[in-house]
Amino acid sequence: MALPAAANIEELSAWEVSEKQIGLWSDALQRFRRNRLAIAGAVLIGILVLVAFGSPLLVHLGIIADPIKQHVEFIEAGPGQNGYALGADELGRDTLSRLLFGSQVSLAVGIMVQAIILPIGLLIGLTAGYFGGRIDNLLMRFTDIWYAFPDLLFVLVVVSVFGPSLLTIFGAIALVNWVGLARLVRGQVLSIKEKEFVEAARSSGSSPAKLILKHLLPNSLGPIIVTLTFGIPNAIFLEAVLSFLGVGIQPPTPTWGQMVFDGYEAIYANPSSVVFPALAIGFTLLAFTFVGDGLRDALDPRMRR
Amino acid sequence: MRGALLPPQLTAITSTRAGSLTIFIVRRILWMVPILFFVILITFTLMHLAPGSPWDKAGGRQLSDTVVNNLNIRYGLNKPVPQQFLLYISSVVHFDFGLSYQYQGKTVSGLLLESWPYTATIGVLAFLLIIPVGVGLGVLAALRQNTRVDYITMGFATVAASFPNFVIGALMVVALSVLAYKATGGNFFLPAAGFGVDDHLIMPVVTLALLPIAYTARLTRASTLETIRQDFVRTAWAKGLPERLVVIRHILKNSLIPVVTTLGPTFAFLVTGSVIVETVFSIPGIGRAFVVAIESRDYPMILGTTVLFSLVIAVANLIVDVAYVFIDPRVRLT
Repeated sequence: MALPAAANIEELSAWEVSEKQIGLWSDALQRFRRNRLAIAGAVLIGILVLVAFGSPLLVHLGIIADPIKQHVEFIEAGPGQNGYALGADELGRDTLSRLLFGSQVSLAVGIMVQAIILPIGLLIGLTAGYFGGRIDNLLMRFTDIWYAFPDLLFVLVVVSVFGPSLLTIFGAIALVNWVGLARLVRGQVLSIKEKEFVEAARSSGSSPAKLILKHLLPNSLGPIIVTLTFGIPNAIFLEAVLSFLGVGIQPPTPTWGQMVFDGYEAIYANPSSVVFPALAIGFTLLAFTFVGDGLRDALDPRMRR
Repeated sequence: MRGALLPPQLTAITSTRAGSLTIFIVRRILWMVPILFFVILITFTLMHLAPGSPWDKAGGRQLSDTVVNNLNIRYGLNKPVPQQFLLYISSVVHFDFGLSYQYQGKTVSGLLLESWPYTATIGVLAFLLIIPVGVGLGVLAALRQNTRVDYITMGFATVAASFPNFVIGALMVVALSVLAYKATGGNFFLPAAGFGVDDHLIMPVVTLALLPIAYTARLTRASTLETIRQDFVRTAWAKGLPERLVVIRHILKNSLIPVVTTLGPTFAFLVTGSVIVETVFSIPGIGRAFVVAIESRDYPMILGTTVLFSLVIAVANLIVDVAYVFIDPRVRLT
């Protein structure tokens, strides 16, 4: 590496600090902030989280109706009729309230599934990438087979066998999604472990555990975060499809997929009972996609200007 | 390397590209066998892990032990599970998927054959729509990069790629069936369900094709942007070729190569998408039959449909892999 011409110690250190140093994370944050779509997505997700936690309180304060209570005299009321801002469904339940409560299931599925696959994907990906050999071979053959199995079909089969409990649904969705994360972590580890700084750490006597925890893991954190972020809308989508096909989380718990399914039966009488939950699913997925895109662009060092 | 391990008469074959292509195709076909075997093994094991027996809820009442015994004998459930698995594998090889639990006296193969034409019609039409529309939009956006055309196309692609297809299908039904019917007093609307006249096909095919179109458009745009910056394209422009020729002969030919690799996943998507689209539009195809089988725990039907779907996807991936070798001569046959 070429040093500046007059390379005495003082001048060299002065030359090094002359430019303000920006770390990867603050740099990523800056670039994420400049991405307007990503910020819009993040704001929408923030609102969703508030809604998910706040709706029980709103019911308690009497601002919105109980999402499960029926008013048979107002079945299929249109938006704005009889005091229902977004109408009532086929059992006379308040659509607005069910829509707000529906965010709970969607967010819970999206986040819980990532919480399940993170340790599994990390453990298997790190082991396969670091130690290679038979474990690695087994993982790669396994993922080949896994990719031949369409994930929606698998989730449907598992849920039909073990029944549509919350736990089965989380588990089934996690089961089809951990493979992607494990493969990504393996690839990251394979490329990073050949870098000079890892070689240096190893030759200065770092243990495998220290190498993995201090070097390999922190350096693959960016792509892992991006993968998990994109995993959230995928999990929300799978849960919504299950509910829409009538084999998801059982009534009376309000979920958006089920609301589309229920509203679909009476679509000519009351189209709004399909439109609102459908839009809620669509925009939630769009928001997570925007945030995922923003994170990917922000965390990819090659995109740095 | 490979030549050294083979007998001399085969070394001669592998030394030519045609020869190594043959070996590549044979190996890819053989690789399908373990994949399908494990798909069957996993699904079969899951079915047998299910708590209770399939006759628990039959007819909504408790069946007597004699009846349950007879049913078990009829469906081969009295044999040990490993033996059942081997028997199943040997009958699957002959395209015999057993008897349906749900429909008395009907075979799974018969049910699949009945519903196959509906699924195939919609799938093939969607597939035919994806390539021209997706590639067309992608090339258009790339050639008009950073103009309004580009922004609108990519905005559409982003939304279409994020909205689930049952949401898009339901919203289309609201707009084109319900609201169109109400607005025109019944003069113009698209049918929301059924199968028969051409009108019935429009919404299902569009719903199924929309997401792959969006992916194809985004991918084509990216690869076209890379191609138009290459020297040979600049040369083509510089020597005064008309735009149509530059686009078709030089740009399209090269930017299509990465698109071909996505055709495998696209096909897999069309297969799983049929499950959703056929439910939204009440089409009696295989996807709908699968959902009904799931609801009624008709295990032989679930198993048969899964095997068929996986087979279709495996064959599609095989065709794409082989086609790719012919399209891009730079591909290494390993």
